[in-house]
Amino acid sequence: MAKPAVLTHPESLKKPAGPSEFAKHPANTALSKAEKVALYTKMARIRHFEQRCIRTYQQGKIGGFLHLYVGQEAVVAGTVSLLGKHDHIITGYRDHGHGLMVGMSMNECMAELTGKVTGCSQGKGGSMHYFAPDKNYWGGHGIVGGQVPLGTGLAYAVKYKGLKGCCLAYMGDGAVNQGAVHEAYNLAALWDLPMIFVIENNGYSMGTSQERSTAHPGCLAKRAEGYGMAWDVINGHDVYEVRAKTDAAVKRAHEESKPTVLEIFTYRYFGHSMADPDKTYRDKEEIKGYRENKDPVLLFENELIAEGVLTPATRDAINEAAMAEADVAAVFAEESPDPTVADITKHIYWEEDNRGPNSTSRGTIIFE
Amino acid sequence: MAVITYREALRAAMREELQRDENVVVMGEEVAQFNGAYKVTEGLLKEFGPKRVVDTPISEAGFIGLGIGASMLGIRPVMELMFWSFSYVAFDQIVNNAGNIRYMSGGLINCPIVIRGPGNGGTNVGATHSHTPEAILASHPGIKVVCPATPYDAKGLMKAAIRDNDPVYVMENTILYNDKGEVPEGDYIVPLGVADVKRVGTDLTIVAHGRAVITSLKAAEILEKEHGVSVEVVDLRSIRPLDEETILASVRKTHRALLVEENKPFCGVDAQVAYIIQAKAFDDLDAPIGRVSSIDAPQIYCKRMEDEQLPHAARVVAAALKVLA
Repeated sequence: MAKPAVLTHPESLKKPAGPSEFAKHPANTALSKAEKVALYTKMARIRHFEQRCIRTYQQGKIGGFLHLYVGQEAVVAGTVSLLGKHDHIITGYRDHGHGLMVGMSMNECMAELTGKVTGCSQGKGGSMHYFAPDKNYWGGHGIVGGQVPLGTGLAYAVKYKGLKGCCLAYMGDGAVNQGAVHEAYNLAALWDLPMIFVIENNGYSMGTSQERSTAHPGCLAKRAEGYGMAWDVINGHDVYEVRAKTDAAVKRAHEESKPTVLEIFTYRYFGHSMADPDKTYRDKEEIKGYRENKDPVLLFENELIAEGVLTPATRDAINEAAMAEADVAAVFAEESPDPTVADITKHIYWEEDNRGPNSTSRGTIIFE
Repeated sequence: MAVITYREALRAAMREELQRDENVVVMGEEVAQFNGAYKVTEGLLKEFGPKRVVDTPISEAGFIGLGIGASMLGIRPVMELMFWSFSYVAFDQIVNNAGNIRYMSGGLINCPIVIRGPGNGGTNVGATHSHTPEAILASHPGIKVVCPATPYDAKGLMKAAIRDNDPVYVMENTILYNDKGEVPEGDYIVPLGVADVKRVGTDLTIVAHGRAVITSLKAAEILEKEHGVSVEVVDLRSIRPLDEETILASVRKTHRALLVEENKPFCGVDAQVAYIIQAKAFDDLDAPIGRVSSIDAPQIYCKRMEDEQLPHAARVVAAALKVLA
C-alpha cells in the first residue's frame, strides 16, 4: 500500500506538474483516442457548467447553496469512467460533477438549480440533491457523511443479488469524522461488501483546514487499517493516476468483494459554497498555485496534446461547445416553468402517487 | 382461527413475507443467532439462513442507513430496532434519508423499508429505553407510522408494511408481546390508514392507539359496569396515514370524545386528532375534548410511579366522567 502523502507541499505549487507517471498504466492504455477525447470533453463540460452556474447565481436565478466542483474534475472523471452496468455511485452535496459525468444533461442540471419543474428532481431537490437512478447515480445528499451508509447499502444490494458490481460512495475530507462514516466502514469490512469509499480531500471542511479538524491529519485513508480495509492515496490532479489506482479498487470489489478506502487529493478553486467569501482560511497564493500548476483539466489537456490525441484546435472546439451547451442550459432553465402549488404535495409517498384498489394504504396521509 | 400471541403474530407476518418475496431481508441487532432480544424473530435464521436473517453490529445509523440504501435498489429490508429509543442515534438516516429521498428525487427513488421494534414505556427501564416516538416520526411527510394493539392487527399491519413501497415504521410494545388473540393462519393484510372500532358504544368515543387501546377497553368495561355509560373505542392502528373518517363518524354518533395515548402530551398524536375533531365535527360536540397522556416528565424508573405516569384505567375513567359531566 502507498505511504501517507502530504496534501499540500507548498513547493509543488510553484512549478507546473509534469507528465503523468500513469499514462502507461493498463487502465489508461486501454483507452482509445476517442475515449480519451471523450474523457477530456466530460471534464471540460463540468468546468464550463460550473462556471456558467456562477453567472446564473450572480444574476439571482439560483437560490440556496451552490457548491462548485471546479478544480476537482479529475476525481469524478477518473473514477466514474471506469464503471460499468452494475456499478453505482452516491455522493454528498458537491454533486454537479458526478451528475454530468454519469450522463445527466446540462439542461436538467441547470433547471434543478433554478428550481424549475424541468430539473432532474422537478425543482424539489436543488443543488445538493441531484439524482439519476437510471444512470446508477443515487444522489446528491445534503448531510455530511449521511450518504455513506446508503452507499454501503447499495453495495450490499449488489452483492445480495449476486451481481458483479460495486458502489462508490464519495465524501469530502470533512466527512471522515462523522460517526455514520465509521459505522459504514465497519459494515463494509465486516460483510465483505463491494464498496469503494472515495474521500475527495480538498483540504478544507468548509472553512476548517484538516489540521484544525482532524486528528492525525497526514493521511485520512489510513484509518481503513483500523477496519482491516485496503486503502490508497491518489493525486487527484492527474486523471490517469485516478483511473489507475481506482481500477485496482474496482477489481478488488468485483473480484474479491472487498472494500477499499481511496483518498484523492484535490482542490476547489471557489469557496465552500457561493455563500463563502473565501477570505479567512486560505491565501490567494495557494489558490493561484493550484490553478496555474495543478489544474486537472489543463494537465490532462497537456498530456493529450503531447500524446497527439488532442490538437489545440479540437481543444478549443470542445471548450467552445461546452460553453455553448452551458449557455443553452441557462436559457432552458430560465424559460422553464416553476412547479405548481399542487406539485408541492406530489412525490411524497409512492402509495399516494399510485393509489389503486390493491393499495396497502388508505386514509389521510397529507394533512391540512 | 388460531389463538396466538402478538409476538407470534409479528413473527408469522415476517415468516410469510420472507417466503413470499426473496427480496425481503430481516436485519438487526441479535435478530438471528440470538433469536431476537424479545424473541420476535425466533427461528427465522434456522428456517431462512444467514442471507435472509442478518445479525448487525450495534450500529444503528450504519445498518439502518445500509437498509435504506439497499431498499433503493429493490431489497425490502425489515429492520429491527431493539427499542425505538435507539432510533435517535440513527435519526438522520430514518428521517432525512428514508423520509426525503422520494421527494427530493422528484419521485425517481423509492424506499420500501420497514423499521420495527418496541416503542413503549412501562417496563421499568428508565428514560433512555422508554420512548414513544410515533408522533415525532409521523410529523415528517414521507414517513408512515403504525402502532398495532392486538395480535390480529400486528400480523396484518406488518404484512402491509412489508409490501408497502414507502418507509413504514412499526411501533410494537413489549408489554403486548405475550397478549393472545385470534389470528388467521393464511394471508391477509390490514391496510395502513384504516382505524378499527374495537368496542361499539353510544355515549362517548375514546380514540387510542397501541397499548392505550387495551387500557381504554378496560376503562370502557368499568364505565359500563359502574357508571352505566356506553363507550365506543376507536383504535387508530395507523398514525400516518390516519383514518379521519372513522374518528369523525364515531364522534358524530356519540358527541363526546376522549383521546388516550401513552405519549407525553406536548404535540402528541392526540394533539392532531383533537384538531381534526374540532375542525370537522365542532357542531357535533356536546363537551370539550378530553385527553389522557403520560404524565409530562422523562420516564421515571420507579415501577410503582411509572404505572402512574402511563395512562391507566382509573385515570381514563376519571377523564371520561369529566367529558360526560
